[in-house]
Amino acid sequence: MRYLYYPGCSLEGSAREYGQATEALMKALGVQMTEVEDWTCCGASAAEARSRLLALALSGRNLALAEQMDHMDILVPCSACYLNLAKSNIEIGTDEHLRAKVNEILAEEGLSVRGKARPRHLLDILATDIGAEAVATGLARPLTGLVVAPYYGCQCLRPLAAFDDPENPQSMKALIEATGAKALAWPMGAKCCGAALMNTKPEVGLTLTGKILENARTADAIVTVCPMCQMNLEAYQKKISKRLASDISISVIYLPQLLGLAMGIDAKELGLDSNLAITPDFRRFLTATTAEAC
Amino acid sequence: MNKVDQVPAAYRSNAEANREMDDIGRMIRACIQCGTCSGSCPNEFAMDLTPRRLWRLVLLGQEEEIFSSTTFCLCSACYYCTLRCPRGLPLTEAMYRLKQAAARRKVKAYRTSEAFYGSFLESVRRHGRVRESEFMTLYFSAMKNPLLPLRFASLGLKLMAKGKVDLRPPSRGDMRLAALFDKVARLESRQLTRNDR
Repeated sequence: MRYLYYPGCSLEGSAREYGQATEALMKALGVQMTEVEDWTCCGASAAEARSRLLALALSGRNLALAEQMDHMDILVPCSACYLNLAKSNIEIGTDEHLRAKVNEILAEEGLSVRGKARPRHLLDILATDIGAEAVATGLARPLTGLVVAPYYGCQCLRPLAAFDDPENPQSMKALIEATGAKALAWPMGAKCCGAALMNTKPEVGLTLTGKILENARTADAIVTVCPMCQMNLEAYQKKISKRLASDISISVIYLPQLLGLAMGIDAKELGLDSNLAITPDFRRFLTATTAEAC
Repeated sequence: MNKVDQVPAAYRSNAEANREMDDIGRMIRACIQCGTCSGSCPNEFAMDLTPRRLWRLVLLGQEEEIFSSTTFCLCSACYYCTLRCPRGLPLTEAMYRLKQAAARRKVKAYRTSEAFYGSFLESVRRHGRVRESEFMTLYFSAMKNPLLPLRFASLGLKLMAKGKVDLRPPSRGDMRLAALFDKVARLESRQLTRNDR
């Protein structure tokens, strides 16, 4: 299996462990990834808040670069990058007038885009193409006894609903269970973490993230598939515990980290040292299962 | 934050500003005021106007009320309303359009979000990829609030301890995407001029 790879800015910065884990896991699964050459920012949620044309041009530039390379699906781990690229791809592909405008902008760099790229979220590729069975086959360290809360967030699910039920998503369940862990059934998997409101309207962001963390009490860890969700869930636990007058601290890890651990990849290689919320219990669990695996 | 402020271009006439609101109104013209958007919005509890009421005001062209409300600043783009709207209206996109309009009108309530997004985009314009620490430095200086950085100090220290903070100081960089940003600004102002005729 081969894919183009669009890591996005976060995976080079505050979410670099998401990038490390994605690369390590794909290698273990025998999946080849070729980075989109000279990629730049997709615009995040900032560009569309300024100008629709700017948002289309920023995403369009990356789609044009991908179209120049082999015609393969583009693997995108960040939900915001995924939605920007996928939405722009549809709009550029279907609206001739818009396509001409974007191409007029890209022509400055000698690029042109057709809207024929195929951006896909990492979770889609893991659940649909690779499948839980591949993880089960490569199982080297069963995570038996671990309860994991699957957290999908918004933008990999909505509005496109490309690979899962956008209200009641299930695609992570089989993947989590393939590791030997138990997937928590909970109502928060597709709810919003507050995204950038954590910075611009912290009271609101803390309330939303707090509700998610409160509902994960019976789990040992939350798994995420988005750098923004991950940061909101892992970085403000102390503040939220204080607000709720109750300790809600919990480990928060990226899905490819969980799958990688189960497949016997070293925690260091998965960037686990870079996570902000790993509880002592979780560490003890890992040490114990590592010893068993050896 | 210099040039990046030209995107979106400032209004040149009232007609232009009105036309933008008309465009947004057209996006949601089929609204039946059922309130599914309000019931689906995770941030509705913090809004002074529910999304349903905001859309009604857009249809009525009540600009002053729209932009004195903070409702559109509180949209976190979760797309629940877009997904569930029984009329299939692009509500999240219409919220983005209100954000764009607020940025052009320099609406006070939108200043924080605008400075946040603007700083992010400035770093992208300079380097092609956002440098998170530069973006936050630009944001602090745009907000001119000496207490603001304190709110982020604990997160900053945590990230620094993990070696996740880019220590390169803010710089002009190679202006990697300046040409793209400029071209967007030129195209937008050309379109505005054409529409005004």
